[in-house]
Amino acid sequence: MKPAPFRYADPGTLDEALAVLSAEGAGAKVLAGGQSLLPLLSMRLAAPATLVDINGVPGLDAVEVTGDGVTVGALVRHNALLHDDAAARVQPLLARATANVAHPAIRNRGTTVGSIAHADPSGEMTSVLALTDGSVTVATPSGPSTVEWRDLFVGPLETSISGPAVVTSAFFPALPPRSGTAFAEIARRKGDYAVCGAGVVVTLDEDQRVAAVRASYVSVGLTPEVHDLTDAVIGSPVEKADWTAAGELARTLVDPDGDIHASADYRRLLVGVLTGRTLAEAAAEAAAAVTRE
Amino acid sequence: MTTKLFGEPVRRREDARLIVGRGRYLDDIGHTALAAAFVRSPHAHARITGIDVDGALDVEGLVAIYTYEDLTGPMAEPLPVLIPHPQLTEPRTGYPLAREVVRHVGEPVVMVVATDRYVAEDAAERIVVTYDELPVVVGVDAAYEARAAVHDDVPDNVAARHHQETGDVEPALAASPRTLSFTQYIERSASMPMEGRGVHARWDADDRSLRVYSSTQASTSVRAAIAAKLDLSLDTVEVIAPDVGGGFGVKIVHPWPEELLVPMAAIALGQEVKWAEDRREHFISSAHERQQRQDVTVGFDDEGRVTALDVHVLHDNGAYTPYGIIVPIITATQLVGPYVIPVYRVRVDSVYTNTVIVTPYRGAGRPQACYAMERTMDRIADELGLDRAVVRERNLIQPDQFPYDHHLTFQDGRPVIYDSGDYPGLLDKLRTLADWSSADVLRDEAAARGKLLGIGMAMYVEGTGPGPYEGGHVQVLGSGKVLVSTGLTSQGQGHETAFAQIVASELGVPIEDVEVTTGDTRRFAYAVGTFASRAAVMSGNAIALAARGVREKALRIAADVLEADPGDLEIDEGLVQVRGTPGASIPLRTVAVLSNPLRYAFDEAAKQATQFTTHDDSKPPVAEGDAPGLEHRDYYSPIRSTFASGAHAAVVEIDPETWEIDVVRYAVVHDCGNVVNPMIVEGQVHGGVAQGVAGALYERMAYDADGQLQNASYMDFLMPYASEVPDVDIDHQQTPSPLNPLGIKGAGEAGVIPGTAAIASAIEDAVGRRITSMPISPTELYDLMRSEDSETTATAARRAGTGVMA
Ligand SMILES: Cc1cc2nc3c(=O)[nH]c(=O)nc-3n(C[C@H](O)[C@H](O)[C@H](O)COP(=O)(O)OP(=O)(O)OC[C@H]3O[C@@H](n4cnc5c(N)ncnc54)[C@H](O)[C@@H]3O)c2cc1C
Repeated sequence: MKPAPFRYADPGTLDEALAVLSAEGAGAKVLAGGQSLLPLLSMRLAAPATLVDINGVPGLDAVEVTGDGVTVGALVRHNALLHDDAAARVQPLLARATANVAHPAIRNRGTTVGSIAHADPSGEMTSVLALTDGSVTVATPSGPSTVEWRDLFVGPLETSISGPAVVTSAFFPALPPRSGTAFAEIARRKGDYAVCGAGVVVTLDEDQRVAAVRASYVSVGLTPEVHDLTDAVIGSPVEKADWTAAGELARTLVDPDGDIHASADYRRLLVGVLTGRTLAEAAAEAAAAVTRE
Repeated sequence: MTTKLFGEPVRRREDARLIVGRGRYLDDIGHTALAAAFVRSPHAHARITGIDVDGALDVEGLVAIYTYEDLTGPMAEPLPVLIPHPQLTEPRTGYPLAREVVRHVGEPVVMVVATDRYVAEDAAERIVVTYDELPVVVGVDAAYEARAAVHDDVPDNVAARHHQETGDVEPALAASPRTLSFTQYIERSASMPMEGRGVHARWDADDRSLRVYSSTQASTSVRAAIAAKLDLSLDTVEVIAPDVGGGFGVKIVHPWPEELLVPMAAIALGQEVKWAEDRREHFISSAHERQQRQDVTVGFDDEGRVTALDVHVLHDNGAYTPYGIIVPIITATQLVGPYVIPVYRVRVDSVYTNTVIVTPYRGAGRPQACYAMERTMDRIADELGLDRAVVRERNLIQPDQFPYDHHLTFQDGRPVIYDSGDYPGLLDKLRTLADWSSADVLRDEAAARGKLLGIGMAMYVEGTGPGPYEGGHVQVLGSGKVLVSTGLTSQGQGHETAFAQIVASELGVPIEDVEVTTGDTRRFAYAVGTFASRAAVMSGNAIALAARGVREKALRIAADVLEADPGDLEIDEGLVQVRGTPGASIPLRTVAVLSNPLRYAFDEAAKQATQFTTHDDSKPPVAEGDAPGLEHRDYYSPIRSTFASGAHAAVVEIDPETWEIDVVRYAVVHDCGNVVNPMIVEGQVHGGVAQGVAGALYERMAYDADGQLQNASYMDFLMPYASEVPDVDIDHQQTPSPLNPLGIKGAGEAGVIPGTAAIASAIEDAVGRRITSMPISPTELYDLMRSEDSETTATAARRAGTGVMA
């Protein structure tokens, strides 16, 4: 459990980081919080020739909050996002989901952007990026570009980003008006990767009727997906909506895998249950938002 | 009196050191040592066709590579069968490095030594071993079917057939008013100490002596094994167990291949060599425990009294049997628990599988035994519609029946005769502590919250403190320090504190003056080890006897000086005084000085003992039969084990939508005889309960059909966190053991034993379906609830009939 030899670079600027990444080619990897990368190295499941540590790059550690949404810099730790009240007001899913990422020691080091760059379908924040219809900003030697979540996740632990690149931030759009959210997950032990997690957004119309229902799941499927569950409950007055029916619909839409911790059937069961539970919670929040208007 | 510390909740004196990082664990030793790493088998069963080391040779920093071909003399022979048994007719052990065939994933094939562990792993990665794969046997049923054999020359895969019976079981069953039969399974888990195994060896070429540090539970026997295997004279080998970061049984096995290979390399290379196991190695190369299939037939009467019990156990011993059949023997003999079983027969088939070896893990066969017996009690209660506690009560051995002879032979070759106990007392205390009678109220209250609630209980009797012996040495120095040593090792149980309490109490000295050393063969060369809840019983009593010897000698010398009768003297706070005569006293440290007649005054105190200071010239300075020094060595060797006991109850709540299982209450009543330190005992119980809950709900070894362990990391092996372990309510009962001077029984393993049985019972009570396989996870419970084959309990049917449960 000792990594194979590697070179280590700790650039002081983003340009320098990109220069090293360009020079080193495919054998180079960005190192952020190290909470996913270092275990892979130690088990020799990955053996990059060079680690480019971006922790010394200035300007990547800010959470910027505007009315449009929240921009999370590449060096923002899960724990900082979890406790960012301004961000939570604009997009409550951020705090709700990061609370479920691992344990405090890991949240103190692991970065939210790193988690997205890592593209683990068991990660909470990949799913939240999808559910909020977010995107990432990628710095490359030829300049920055924006990649929508839909174009980002290619497969488990695989993104569409190739060549020398640093993801500099992730953007999570604000919660739409008259909407509420909820996030819940079931893990075998508190703080573990979820057996199944669910994040939902419920949007109502001015008359407290259900207008839109979206859900995204954790540890279900190979890449994050967003499921539109509106059909199951459209137009229902919020207090009468049949959230169980939305859960039933969700069960038919997902295609989970089984592993030693949960069968595919069990995951499907949980998708239904968690969907029902989170929707009820999110709907109550949405109803309160409409009342406030 | 301040020095009577026996029985007090003294804070663990070792903790401050360990908590602030001043512990000295194996990997803290020898920073400049060369490092060993191993190439281990990736296959569960295969023939080695070639080992190509060429690729590794140009790795800078490589020092040496060893394969089986490099082993000579006793090292080239199979590892010892540590505990032979006449019924272990086909014992098999591996070689320090695999010879021709590998029989489980993780078996060591090549040892690499390099300048550090990183380099050693770089080199190991480049060594190419080629294999021809052989058919793989995983699981007790496959082993018993024997479509493939783990060892060519053991075609039925049966290593041992163990058989004990106390009467003629078949007629007894036939004559029983009622019988029932069932089959159940229990899975593997493992000790999983935070610190893995590890060895450091240093050869002194000038002195021709070897010092080995090993993270072991048995340093004296490791020493003997190293001497034997490396052809060294015992006096040139010393083995020290430094701070050991947990053992739980896995470190009682010895000699591990690495414990021999690392010293071998240190001698060959003339340099310090170290190996510290990593977590993956621990999963696939150390030991596991617990997998069994149990077929039970029980006869009983209409009141629920057992008339006969017949049990067949299929026990998975893994690929080899270095530790003999200790685990299944313990299952076989502890199964009877606290009950009168008029006729009992047990047959164990211990079978080979292509998996990691099975050797004791805390509880060592007892959790399985308890699971068999206690689930039998549950079945009888269910069948008869009786309260589970009442059925147990009717079968308990009564307090006036001790000593109680079960007519079985225990793991130490001695009879299973319970020395003392009060089992009805345990049960009464448990019913109160767990609020057993209000289960229905709790159930209704949980149902109102949409939860299924169930309660379960389990009782056990645990043979603790087996022999053959342990020793203790106590010495008072001229400074007043009291040095205590025992060859038995420590693995974090608090021996430094408990043993110091015993000596402080016996000798009458402040505990601050007492220094305890364990597991260092330089200090004490005769010992067995720490396992089987034996440290307090064995070393505790040996040390008490040694302290009594010192006290007697101190009183004799002091009586001379004080011109008093030894019988009139007492020792308190390190001062020997004539009882009731203030001022007539002498400090114990002065007695220590006087105990050693001197020619040379090397310090101020020593002057008192030199030849022109001492007066009596009518006797030789050291009397005949006496020895210089205020010290004494003594041994404790019991006639047989002492039997501790306990009763646990668990309350679980289950979410009927997600099938998550939550242990909401856990109650323990515990009887380990006289208690040296209740705080330490409670800590042991808490840790044990955590492992009990782990074995019931979280941990398992997920081998696939190819013998690959799919969860060989802490990410997928679900050792519970503090967040998964329930709060534990504890009540004590103290039934002293008549077998030993201190009246104590072991407490180290107790907490883990009934967990699986009690929690299975509680889940069954909550869901009304028969639980026949443990551990159980939410996904499995979901499957069980959906399955048409799962059996509804009679209790659930009755409740449905009476409308108690919706
Ligand atoms: C015990 C444990 C439990 C965990 N539990 C959870 C959990 O429940 N949920 C969860 O979501 N995560 C969990 N994690 C993972 C954790 O959240 C990681 O922090 C996160 O997945 C990766 O972030 P990081 O900053 O540590 O990235 P690193 O480990 O440094 O990198 C991960 C990968 O992303 C790439 N990368 C990182 N940052 C960038 C960037 N800015 N630009 C381009 N590439 C980049 C790296 O090259 C690497 O390939 C757990 C980790 C551990 C050790």
